[in-house]
Amino acid sequence: MREFDVKKITEAVKRLSMETNYFLGEDMVKALKASLDKEESPVGKSVLGQIIENQEIARTEQMAICQDTGFTVVFIDLGQDVHLTGGDLTEAVNEGVRQGYQEGYLRKSIVKDPLHRVNTGDNTPAVIHLRIVPGEKVHLTVAPKGGGSENMSEVQMLKPADGPEGVKNFVIDRVRRSGGNPCPPIVVGVGIGGTYETAALIAKRALLRELGQFNPDPYYAEMEKELLRAINRLGIGPMGLGGRVTALGVFIETYPCHIASLPIAVNIQCHAARHKSVVI
Amino acid sequence: MVMHMHEKKIIAPLTDDVVKTLRVGDNVLITGTIYTARDAAHKRLVDLLNAGKALPIPLKGQVIYYVGPAPAHPGKPIGPAGPTTSYRMNPYAPYLIEQGLKGMIGKGEMGENVAEAMKKHGAVYFAATGGAAALIARSIKHAEIVAYEDLGAEAIRKLEVENFPVVVAQDCYGGNIYKEGVAKYHIAS
Ligand code: SF4
Repeated sequence: MREFDVKKITEAVKRLSMETNYFLGEDMVKALKASLDKEESPVGKSVLGQIIENQEIARTEQMAICQDTGFTVVFIDLGQDVHLTGGDLTEAVNEGVRQGYQEGYLRKSIVKDPLHRVNTGDNTPAVIHLRIVPGEKVHLTVAPKGGGSENMSEVQMLKPADGPEGVKNFVIDRVRRSGGNPCPPIVVGVGIGGTYETAALIAKRALLRELGQFNPDPYYAEMEKELLRAINRLGIGPMGLGGRVTALGVFIETYPCHIASLPIAVNIQCHAARHKSVVI
Repeated sequence: MVMHMHEKKIIAPLTDDVVKTLRVGDNVLITGTIYTARDAAHKRLVDLLNAGKALPIPLKGQVIYYVGPAPAHPGKPIGPAGPTTSYRMNPYAPYLIEQGLKGMIGKGEMGENVAEAMKKHGAVYFAATGGAAALIARSIKHAEIVAYEDLGAEAIRKLEVENFPVVVAQDCYGGNIYKEGVAKYHIAS
């Protein structure tokens, strides 16, 4: 067993809250630059140019890429042989968010109650997804999620008879109906299977993958490529102003499901695709 | 990095003549004074209008930017400040357009009800690049909260902007880039 002060969690969350918001991942930067050649629309090219220039400014000036610095989603894989000391894990994560968003000049975008809508003032609470895993390490990922792309996400309970066609149609239609709202070029997280809430959660976890990685199952890897081609034929383009580059990647994750069900979730991620992990 | 295409330079507040020259797809650089407002501020403005009360900001000829900026770093007038999604303002925008609002800046398509008010009263909707918040902040030279300070990021700010880069997305003739642009690049499968 390993003893472990929760202050380390606070420090990691604080640092990653700032770093994810200032520094866009190398995979995204590479994909955005490559997309400039694929884009045929002059307006689309100019939008892509602005997005690339923007992340360079954010990186050099250490300021947020996007003013919507998101709901702080924190994934923790906690080794079962770790003994946390020095306080409450949830509070330690929230303290990291509080410090990171305050000291990092990040926007506070969370309201305490969905209907009364008074801002909590420090971007807390975080959304925490905790798994207990073997071992004595803590794997922690911070993934701030903007409202614009989250609002275009959806879960649907398909019938098993809807099959792969039903799944693909739902994904493509969800992207089509989203238009420019989620700040394309987007990354599309797809969760198939499980229960209602599992589908949404695996769709979100799918977004933590690096661009260029595919589902290890060749069947789903092929479906990811097919969906990406279909989405980029929609014509939505950068910021929905028309063009060839609508999505940079489609990530599918699956889970076993009930004989009566075919749950599907699409979690849309904007080009400000922010996530970073540490192992403590 | 940014492509240099032909850009129209305009001054805000806008006149009817300027609005009429703007067509879907035009690249525009805005210089002058604009105001910020998001959902919460819009709700308050429209509640005041419905109650027949005076507004805290002028509307005639003005441009409203849908944005809730991040906090400013020391020495900067404003923090990162990219557009928010505009459809959330669909229920409010027509009331403001009726009162003389001439332009809106945001991201994503605005509703039919807004397009109709824009046609009737002569107004234009500009798309700014969502997520390009650090880049856009460079064109904002001065910012000052003028109403609803309690709303924090959602307070109404008066901005002085210089060459703020936008694209005409929906014009006063009913033109709509979200329909025309997408149709142009759509490939039937
Ligand atoms: S959808 Fe993403 S890029 Fe667009 S405004 Fe929201 S957080 Fe920023």
